[in-house]
Amino acid sequence: MDVPKTIVSSSPHLHAKANTASIMWDVSIALTPATLWGVYVFGLRALAIVLVSIASSVLVEYLLNRLSKESTIGDGSAFLTGLLVGMNMPADAAFAVPIIASAFAIFVVKWTFGGLGSNWINPALAGRVFVFFSFTGLMNTYRMPRTLTVVDATSSATMLTEMKLAVGEGTFGGLSSAGLLAQRGYPFTDFAGSVSGWFQNTLGIGLSPYTVDAFFGNIAGCIGEVSAFLLILGAVYLFIKKVITWHTPVSFLVSFSLFAWIFGGFKNGMGIFQGDFVLQLFSGGMILGAFFMATDMVTSPTTGKGMIIFGAGIGFFTFLFRYFGSLPEAVSLAIILMNIFVPTIERYVLPKRFGEVIAEPKKKEAKA
Amino acid sequence: MERIPTFRKGGVHPDDKKVLSNGQAIERLPMPSELIVPLSQHLGAPASPLKQKGDAVVAGEKIGEASGFISANIHSPVNGTVTDIRKVTLANSIVTDAFVITPNAEMPLGTWDEQPYGDLKPNEMIELVKEMGVVGTGGATFPTHVKLMVPKGKSVDALVVNGVECEPYLTADHRLMLEQADLVLRGIMIAAKITNPKRIIIGVENNKKDAIKVLREAVSANGYPITVTPLKVKYPQGDEKQLLKATINREIPSGKLPLDVGAVVVNVGTAFAIYEAVALRKPLIDRVVTISGEAMSSKRNVRAPLGAKVADLIAFAGGLDHDPDKFISGGPMMGFAFYDDQTPVIKGTSGLLALDNEPAMKAPVTPCISCGRCVAACPMGLQPTRLYRLIDNRQYADAMAMNLMDCKECGCCSYSCPAHLPLVHGMKLGKRLGRK
Repeated sequence: MDVPKTIVSSSPHLHAKANTASIMWDVSIALTPATLWGVYVFGLRALAIVLVSIASSVLVEYLLNRLSKESTIGDGSAFLTGLLVGMNMPADAAFAVPIIASAFAIFVVKWTFGGLGSNWINPALAGRVFVFFSFTGLMNTYRMPRTLTVVDATSSATMLTEMKLAVGEGTFGGLSSAGLLAQRGYPFTDFAGSVSGWFQNTLGIGLSPYTVDAFFGNIAGCIGEVSAFLLILGAVYLFIKKVITWHTPVSFLVSFSLFAWIFGGFKNGMGIFQGDFVLQLFSGGMILGAFFMATDMVTSPTTGKGMIIFGAGIGFFTFLFRYFGSLPEAVSLAIILMNIFVPTIERYVLPKRFGEVIAEPKKKEAKA
Repeated sequence: MERIPTFRKGGVHPDDKKVLSNGQAIERLPMPSELIVPLSQHLGAPASPLKQKGDAVVAGEKIGEASGFISANIHSPVNGTVTDIRKVTLANSIVTDAFVITPNAEMPLGTWDEQPYGDLKPNEMIELVKEMGVVGTGGATFPTHVKLMVPKGKSVDALVVNGVECEPYLTADHRLMLEQADLVLRGIMIAAKITNPKRIIIGVENNKKDAIKVLREAVSANGYPITVTPLKVKYPQGDEKQLLKATINREIPSGKLPLDVGAVVVNVGTAFAIYEAVALRKPLIDRVVTISGEAMSSKRNVRAPLGAKVADLIAFAGGLDHDPDKFISGGPMMGFAFYDDQTPVIKGTSGLLALDNEPAMKAPVTPCISCGRCVAACPMGLQPTRLYRLIDNRQYADAMAMNLMDCKECGCCSYSCPAHLPLVHGMKLGKRLGRK
């Protein structure tokens, strides 16, 4: 019998289906519904921004590949970074902005630190923050979604900016977030109004129409961040595919909610335990950040315990920046700040080893 | 509802592929024309040869003498002649001397009848287990008599019998439990007589419901004080640390042995070998091997004499269906890849697999993305990604300080690594170089 040539390699000889590329593509797939919603409400320009981001990100990766004689386009990470950069752009940003952001993300943040796996802050977020501080005006001009009929066309600030303005001008007087927005005549959709009414009349739960709009994505904001609902849908896909675990997003959102609930009231001239955080949870980059940015594997801890600490830290800083910061930029800065703490967390938060605690069953039995 | 326990930390769920061969009754391998019986079939020092080229041997005759405390006797599986003594490479890459035995054409096999053993004292039983060269047949091949010797001052709370067989593809223990439940139980009772435990538990993964049923029926028919515990399917439950956690909820401290938590663990295959050694006075000279894998023409469970060559087993299964990517001795998670079809079956050979590399095995190696899947999968609570990085940087002492020696190379980290890093390979290398 002819002996076939076989491979001799170290065990194990089986492997789970997932690989780096499949994880990256899964995340991209999970982001697609929210991106399409952004394109729908903000128009084709949004699509152009996203495509330019992706193209420039992949192109920069390709050029760097040429330089370092590698081939890393196939791992899907450049595509994903580009997509995330695009989702973090206002639909009206000049085309140069996403190009600069993508190039900064791929070249400075990822490649100079050693490429995929070696960067210590999230490239897409770093790209966004870089252009945010470089083009503050451009990055803060938002388009109203087509689903929201606007009487006053100039009113295109996001809910969070509007609330910050209100608080800044001292026109609060013990109002909740929704109260502040209503006082300033911020618009909401008829749909949100009727959902809010239904909650009030049928369930007896006060749910502000602004929260409903924020949840479904009828708000001004970056292309990919507006629809909390579709982002959560994408996150559910990632949970099912076991790409992300609950630790980081849950601890982030819970920590933020707790801080906002306990101390958030002070900002609006109310007391402790008066903070109104529900609207906050679904607005801005919160959901996108919690499920897609903070969970970036490269820049988050590897242990469950570490992830919980990491998420809690992001929640705290997000609260701090949103309620007491002067910039309309909280989630991304909080995540980047905690990215920097990851090596420290990794150093001190170790998993519990099997057999670390000496088992002494007999003594226990004696006590019982 | 019966509570089905498992161990908590880590573990993975590979497709168990047991359906390929678990319906195949154990058959006897037709006697090969030549056997290669190595002197090192066990953990510890190789046996020293008692026969020379040209000597006639009788089935069950001792041909290799244990040399040292951790070592085991080797016996001739057949009546025949030693035609050569030569160096062979085993599937696990160990190079050792081996007897080449040509079986007697007319009467190759010996016969053994059950002899009265009820009156034997524990130390006489241990002596038989030792004399008959019994070692753990699960794969680790640790000499069984050493395991059963309970040092003075220590007592055994639980004798835990390992019927888990958590490696995918393998069904040898499964079939043994189904077909020889009575004898396996007798072997367990012998081990119980030797170790004098307060309780006896057989842990069987829940993908072998028929075996659980058969064992339970046999236990109650004989009135043995044995509990059969079904376990939730999770790899590597067949490791004694995970098995003890799952069955008696005790954690063997790092670097210690089951006896340190008052437990003795034996495999069902080993229990069967103990029965044969003590009741039949038959040495460990054959064993059940699962022949499986996609590239094998038929999937079988076969009782093969030790020393049978892989080529004989493949021929018995009807040859190869197509060229495999890998030959594996043992299971796919911890088994050894080898290339030579003249490699012999030894005491620890639980399976012979001819595997196709699934698409998942062919993905490219990419840099670590710190996803933490290896950390979550590690049943020992280690951080494979960090250990790998240290070893890659040749910081062996640092890796040892991070408890590299706790790693048992179960393969959960490599299995789950999306970057397809050869983590287990790194651990093995690091342990070797770190010990120096």
